[in-house]
Amino acid sequence: MEQYLQEVGALTMRWVKRLSRERFSMLFTLAQPMVFWLIFFGNLFQKTANTEVTQAPSYIAFLAAGVVVMTILNNGLAGGTDLLFDKENGFLERMMSTPISRTSVIISRFLFVMTITSGQVLVILGVAYLYGVHPVTGFGGVAVIILIGLMFGVGLTAISMALAFSVKSHGDFFSMLSFLSLPMIFLSSALVPLSAMPGWMAVLAQLNPMTWAIDAVRPLILTGWGAALPKIGIVIIIMAVFDSICLYGAAKAFRKTLG
Amino acid sequence: MGLTVGGPFAIEVEHLSKTYEGKVTAVEDVSFQVPTGEVFGLLGPNGAGKTTTLRVLITVLRPTGGSARVLGMDVVEQANEVRQAIGYVPQERAIDRFLTGREHLQLLASLYHIPKDKAPARIEAVLKLVNLEHKADEVARNYSGGMKRKLDIACGLIPDPRVLFMDEPTLGLDVESRLKIWEHIRQLKARGITVLLTTNYLDEADQLCDRITIIDGGRVKAIGSPNELKSGLGGDIVTLTLAAGDLDKVEALAQAVKGQAGVKAVSTKQNVLDIRVASPEAALPAILGAVTARGCRLEFVDYHRPRLDDVFLAHTGRRIKEE
Ligand SMILES: Nc1ncnc2c1ncn2[C@@H]1O[C@H](COP(=O)(O)OP(=O)(O)O)[C@@H](O)[C@H]1O
Ligand SMILES: [Mg+2]
Repeated sequence: MEQYLQEVGALTMRWVKRLSRERFSMLFTLAQPMVFWLIFFGNLFQKTANTEVTQAPSYIAFLAAGVVVMTILNNGLAGGTDLLFDKENGFLERMMSTPISRTSVIISRFLFVMTITSGQVLVILGVAYLYGVHPVTGFGGVAVIILIGLMFGVGLTAISMALAFSVKSHGDFFSMLSFLSLPMIFLSSALVPLSAMPGWMAVLAQLNPMTWAIDAVRPLILTGWGAALPKIGIVIIIMAVFDSICLYGAAKAFRKTLG
Repeated sequence: MGLTVGGPFAIEVEHLSKTYEGKVTAVEDVSFQVPTGEVFGLLGPNGAGKTTTLRVLITVLRPTGGSARVLGMDVVEQANEVRQAIGYVPQERAIDRFLTGREHLQLLASLYHIPKDKAPARIEAVLKLVNLEHKADEVARNYSGGMKRKLDIACGLIPDPRVLFMDEPTLGLDVESRLKIWEHIRQLKARGITVLLTTNYLDEADQLCDRITIIDGGRVKAIGSPNELKSGLGGDIVTLTLAAGDLDKVEALAQAVKGQAGVKAVSTKQNVLDIRVASPEAALPAILGAVTARGCRLEFVDYHRPRLDDVFLAHTGRRIKEE
């Protein structure tokens, strides 16, 4: 156990050190394009978005939940990137030639990605706050938002790591990521409510776990606990299923690469 | 366990095979043994199966056939014990360019579960061994190729291994760095560490290794010390290249040379005669006599002691292509 903590601690600190060395990338990881989504997209559609349809005081207020979950999505899907590089340059093999538990590398990655994701969710909520979007459920609500984010993030990060281990080339990895991420965003309630979507898109959006996450986060920001609680109950179940499926699928790729 | 562990052999490989994804057979029926304390080389061209063999031995790849033991421990059944006893220097520069040299070593020390209070001394010792102390706190991005290699080796030495695996330790390095790395490897040997390295450099195999295994197309072609392998060829080598116009005289000349004193074997390839001689003093005048007697025009004559590339050629039918 002590050994396990030692190795997971050291591996996690490696990711942190890397991030602190990559100043430029840190800026973009932490201050993220997502902030721009919120600011530009939010303001851009302020006039065209119909508040009757969005059921929110402003488009930014409506969009905040979507951008929070998009942040989780992008972080999760990119979560395996560093492992892809480690696989390609032999660093992974070096780590696997040491007497560490075969799960340590993966666990360290989960810990790191989840920490970064939580930080970013707070940044997004902070920026939204500056635009007058004050979560009505307060700190308790923010904590629940982060919890939902972590649950969604685990499954996504698992997919990303499995992909990083399985792809033949790094081009494949990045094209798969963008192939996954855009439809996930557009076929969800991030940008418009399901009621305003063409029927076929709304059907697909309902199959998207992201929609359920957004539908639980949004009332936490806009309406209150009464409206949020049933949605939270549902999303926890859905995320538990989603994570189980992702981890089960990823385990095969992990075992193949990590032995 | 005790003293009997591993016996006289640090590494034993028996009928090892590895087929990737059921398709590419990278290694087939490879067997060799490495006595404790030797520097042992796997010599072969690109794609010969050297890295694959090494990956099995360091427990990151499961063999599809045969077995291997390191210090008496099975690399599949006792993988974790093997990992604790070995060090590994991969073929790629497996360096994180954002970390400093010391941070690499600190990470490795934690992965080998070296207690926090013992790690700094171990790290200092290893840095000193590869002469990297003065650059230890610089990020690896600023390291030269030779320094990266030294860091690689330092990482491999962190666990204080009894057996060190090195994949192409000097690939792509300049001459000076290569000689330094060779020096480090000799120091390791002097400390009693068994070293298994792969190389496609003939001079490296020749000058650094106590014994070598020549491997080509995933199969073992020859095993022995460089000197054994060379003398195994049976004599010094005389190569006669006839002028292109004398192509029709090659066979007759070969027959004539065969009977001469001191000549052991003759083979021909187009306008080239490859002659093995036991005693050059007797054979050379006789061979040249035969050439003159038949009125053959020589384009080129070469005489040399067998070199490792002759050994390679003799066992694989081709010359090793150095990168
Ligand atoms: N992961 C892999 N998947 C499929 N084929 C591989 C893999 N790694 C190596 N090979 C193939 O196995 C053969 C031996 O490769 P390798 O062991 O790397 O040789 P060497 O180290 O001697 O250059 C080559 O034909 C190579 O293409
Ligand atoms: Mg190789």
